[in-house]
Amino acid sequence: MDSVAQRLSAVGAGAALELRGVTRLFGALAALTDVTITVRPGERRAVLGSNGAGKTTLFNCITGDFPPTSGTIRFFGEDVTHFPPYERIRRGLRRTYQISALFPGLTVQDNVYLACRGVSRGRFSFLRPGPNDALMHAADNLVQAVHLTAVKDQRVAELAHGQQRQLEIALALAGAPRFVLFDEPAAGLSPTERAELIEILTSLPAHIGYIIIEHDMDVALRVVESVTMMHNGRIFKEGLPEEIQSDPEVQELYLGGGHE
Amino acid sequence: MSVTHDVSVQVHRPASTVERPAARGWPDINNPAAWIVAAILLIMPLIANGFFLIEIFATTLILGTVALSLMFLAGYGGMVSLMQLSIAGFCAYMVAVFGVSGNANISLGWPWWLAVPMALTLAVMFGTLGGALAVRTEGIYTIMITLAIGAAFYYFTNQNWAIFNGHTGINNVSTPRFWGVDWRADIPFYYVVLATAGLCYFAVDYISRAPFGLALQGVRDNPRRMSALGFNVNAHRVAAYAVASFIAGLAGVLQVWNYRQISPGSVSVGACIDILIIAVVGGITRPVGPYIGALVFVLLRTFALDFLVKIGLDGNRFRLLIGLGFLAIVFWSSDGVIGLWQRWRQSQLGEANRQGGGRGHG
Repeated sequence: MDSVAQRLSAVGAGAALELRGVTRLFGALAALTDVTITVRPGERRAVLGSNGAGKTTLFNCITGDFPPTSGTIRFFGEDVTHFPPYERIRRGLRRTYQISALFPGLTVQDNVYLACRGVSRGRFSFLRPGPNDALMHAADNLVQAVHLTAVKDQRVAELAHGQQRQLEIALALAGAPRFVLFDEPAAGLSPTERAELIEILTSLPAHIGYIIIEHDMDVALRVVESVTMMHNGRIFKEGLPEEIQSDPEVQELYLGGGHE
Repeated sequence: MSVTHDVSVQVHRPASTVERPAARGWPDINNPAAWIVAAILLIMPLIANGFFLIEIFATTLILGTVALSLMFLAGYGGMVSLMQLSIAGFCAYMVAVFGVSGNANISLGWPWWLAVPMALTLAVMFGTLGGALAVRTEGIYTIMITLAIGAAFYYFTNQNWAIFNGHTGINNVSTPRFWGVDWRADIPFYYVVLATAGLCYFAVDYISRAPFGLALQGVRDNPRRMSALGFNVNAHRVAAYAVASFIAGLAGVLQVWNYRQISPGSVSVGACIDILIIAVVGGITRPVGPYIGALVFVLLRTFALDFLVKIGLDGNRFRLLIGLGFLAIVFWSSDGVIGLWQRWRQSQLGEANRQGGGRGHG
């Protein structure tokens, strides 16, 4: 018993993210069934699958937006299965949303500043940031990294779709992220914006791993080193991008509309 | 700067980040209208007689401060709380209970400088507990829970004789006298009220740009995302209730000093809803709104009676006027009187710009 537990904890310590037998039910509907995934620190992985394959539910379970019905989730060795989302975020997990989840009433700068503040101390501070506030500078840098400096004082509600998608990414990169979940970051972007997105993703520091949900294979397979294919709430196939791309079953699923 | 042109923004990067002061200035510091209003408020005792000073302006500032606590919760936090007046009333009761009053068998006779901090502490606890219940819900359920707390408190004060002295309430509450000044005399009391209201107003405005206030607005806009940024959303909401309770409590202290008595009539359900009306009529997007709403409310309450009698209607119908005004505001200007004012000013400024001349308003 002990040696098994020791071995498991040793595996846990070596993994950025470790899901074991994660199942999520919505009433009688199983959105996820017995999903087991291990992602190494710094690893970049794509999750592919048709609509309803359970990709976003997987993200929601990992971040704690919806806790899993059963199974365990470990983040850098720590069992976070029953942690509220904010505790996981404070440990270095980040996510973006498929449909931009921003603060439309606040400016771009304030959105990013909130993201920086959320993962540092002083969330309840009653003191306004001064001109040399470290977090305000961090926010400035992030705004610049996603090319939004020109609109940083505009309210988010006034931004174009592409800019909102970029802001969405900026919010997920605040503080010191260790692992990021990108939920269809390229949705609705123009070809130019896609190229920029690829540049942002590939230029992330090497220690930051991520999982990306992306329908656009051109984007997905250029920014990852491994692929997990999901179907009907289960892991269908895992492998290298080339393997997955040339797999006849995967091609049938994606091009033939799936086999029921 | 139009949205369409922004597509190009992503292609060419700005050479350097322009440094902007992160801390933003005080509100309307360049607005001459704000300076005029501040000056008039300061020299009010020279202009107005005792009746206007207390019955109109001090009352407006006290009610406005209670409504300000609602504006803080609703405008920044998206939480409509109908118990703000109950918290103010609870604090007023506690000042009477711990301090000196005509009901010697109830009041403990503490000096005001002990009774007031004690009352404020208890009021903050009361409001925070109520808030902790209310934050488990959203939207209309928050309104229902806080209304239920307000109604329960009203009936409790009516029925409890040991502390709240039933429906007669507590009378002859003593007011502070020190440094040879009777602070309840009209002019000193007006300045006490003005200073407290001003402090609350600037505090709310200041906090709105501090991390706590920004995060509260984030919670209003998208609680789920706030959680995904590392914020404990419910803790933030409860903390907002604590701040709002303190503001409402301060107003409650002033209220009991103003009338020198407190009874269940002051914390009735109707009075709780009046606070909502005041905040909405004035506008809940900015801290000045509740004070404007309170002025409209107090003026109507005081003078509509005479006006209605003059045109041959029952004087008690002043609530009809308030109700109609409320409907009109909700219908035409969802951000209250300040929304109307801003739109009017913008149209004036636009006109002035078109004429290339000076500003058309004073």
